[in-house]
Amino acid sequence: MNEEKKQLITVESGEAEQPFRWSAGIYGSKFLTELRDNKRFVGIRCPRCGKVYMPPRRVCGPCFVELTELVPVSDEGGIITYTVVSFGFVDPATGKQKPVPYGYAAIKLDGADTYLLHFLDETDPAKIRVGARVKAVFEEERTGSMLDIRYFQLLERP
Amino acid sequence: MGKRVAVVGVGMTKQRSSRPDVNGQELINEAVRMALDDAGMTRRDIDAVVIGNMDHFEGINYVDTWSVDGSGALMKPIMKLTTGGTTGSTVAMAAYYHVASGLFDRVLAIGWEKNSESDTTGAIITAFDPFWDRPIFAGAVAGLALEATQYMHLTGATEEDAAYVAVRDRTHALNNPYAHLHINLTIDDVLKSPYLSWPVKMGDMCPRTDGACAVVFASENAAEDSPQKPAWVLGVADRHLWAYTSDPYVNQAIENGWWFPAMEWSARELYDKVGITDPLEQIDVAELYLPYSFAGLRYMEALGFCGRGEGPALVRSGATDMGGKCPVNPSGGPLCSNAIGATGLIRVAECAWQIQGRAGDRQVPEVKVALATGFGGCFWSDILLFGAEKPEKVRG
Ligand SMILES: [Zn+2]
Repeated sequence: MNEEKKQLITVESGEAEQPFRWSAGIYGSKFLTELRDNKRFVGIRCPRCGKVYMPPRRVCGPCFVELTELVPVSDEGGIITYTVVSFGFVDPATGKQKPVPYGYAAIKLDGADTYLLHFLDETDPAKIRVGARVKAVFEEERTGSMLDIRYFQLLERP
Repeated sequence: MGKRVAVVGVGMTKQRSSRPDVNGQELINEAVRMALDDAGMTRRDIDAVVIGNMDHFEGINYVDTWSVDGSGALMKPIMKLTTGGTTGSTVAMAAYYHVASGLFDRVLAIGWEKNSESDTTGAIITAFDPFWDRPIFAGAVAGLALEATQYMHLTGATEEDAAYVAVRDRTHALNNPYAHLHINLTIDDVLKSPYLSWPVKMGDMCPRTDGACAVVFASENAAEDSPQKPAWVLGVADRHLWAYTSDPYVNQAIENGWWFPAMEWSARELYDKVGITDPLEQIDVAELYLPYSFAGLRYMEALGFCGRGEGPALVRSGATDMGGKCPVNPSGGPLCSNAIGATGLIRVAECAWQIQGRAGDRQVPEVKVALATGFGGCFWSDILLFGAEKPEKVRG
């Protein structure tokens, strides 16, 4: 330890936990239970502009109207943009290092107008393309979380 | 119609990787004392204080209360703001609004951060939705990498194009004693640096920094009594959009004619208010919140300095270098110092110094109009314009 570090005191927050309990709301809960129980995606359609939001939300921001019409969304879609995460970082949800590298993409599922960020089953950027088709692969044990989707499998590689 | 407002005092700490010799309040005090001295004021002259940082970076809430001894806000009106990466520029805009409203004559804006006190990526993740974003989101680096991939896909820009921005800003910072990074980098160094999140490499990314900045905003009468040449606020604009981290990649915006909607929209509004029709000709210097190199390409397009896809050619032409038509980030910008809550306010401080002719070795000659930006979260945007000449009208 150098002299400065000996003289300048720091303290770590340690093992203390402060739990939170968040609400997904009615539509968010519907989305997550469908994912958990039926491996299905659910979106919600705006009555004014027709846009399908996925995961479902209660309000269309641009129209500022309430949404009520739940609609099915496919488990397949296309890649909008992607990266391969290779820097290590601590996942604040688990307190553990995220296992890197992993593929990571914004995906537009068929039937949705919004995108989903999720993992890809590919870590070589040369094998991933904007527009490539992907399909959701689910975990065996599902709890009602976005992590019930293990990753999106690339259906085509160059 | 608003009242005329000018920046009349600036203070900042030297930006460093870690400041274990001070706590937050002491760090803030260094910048505040320098700003007050610069403005020829004491804390008694200050009518109100606006302060900001990202609470969850340090894990200590309510800086507005616990910093009062250091900020000089003891028993004064104080307001705290946290808007992510734009915190520093939002603090500046709020201080400006205080004075432009006519309700206050001298308002102190403070932005600060000690990124050394937590894991920045982990802390950024906790700013987002616990159901839809947090389980998957990988913080700023990966979010920006998604933007970089999309930008390269849409324009054909290359990693080498981005490296020109990384080298430009690091070269500029060699003239700035306040900058955190003083490194000589080549294009090759950037291209050979390790990938953090393809296509973004270590050399493309900003550092994590500890630092504070303070800026005094004054009404027209107070500004004219000031020992410093006033740096007049010509106007400000900001736009927020998007709910979740995946939303910014929505290409409906691009399909509908918007390139980077929040920045493009706020720039258009501000240029219209101030009478800017050709930013490259009319703006003499720009201090932009470029958190990574690719931003230095796409933002130039969103800010109207060139057409879509022309950012790489503009940067390679030297127009944004020192000595070019509109130097970008003479200070080195966030690619060389990123104490997040201070970063937007440092852009404002640097613009004021440029207008006052006090930017030292990084001074751009004869600055009449200077542009500052803040960037944050799901791609939202703050923009501020400063001028050497008092504006005729102040439009909200
Ligand atoms: Zn709608």
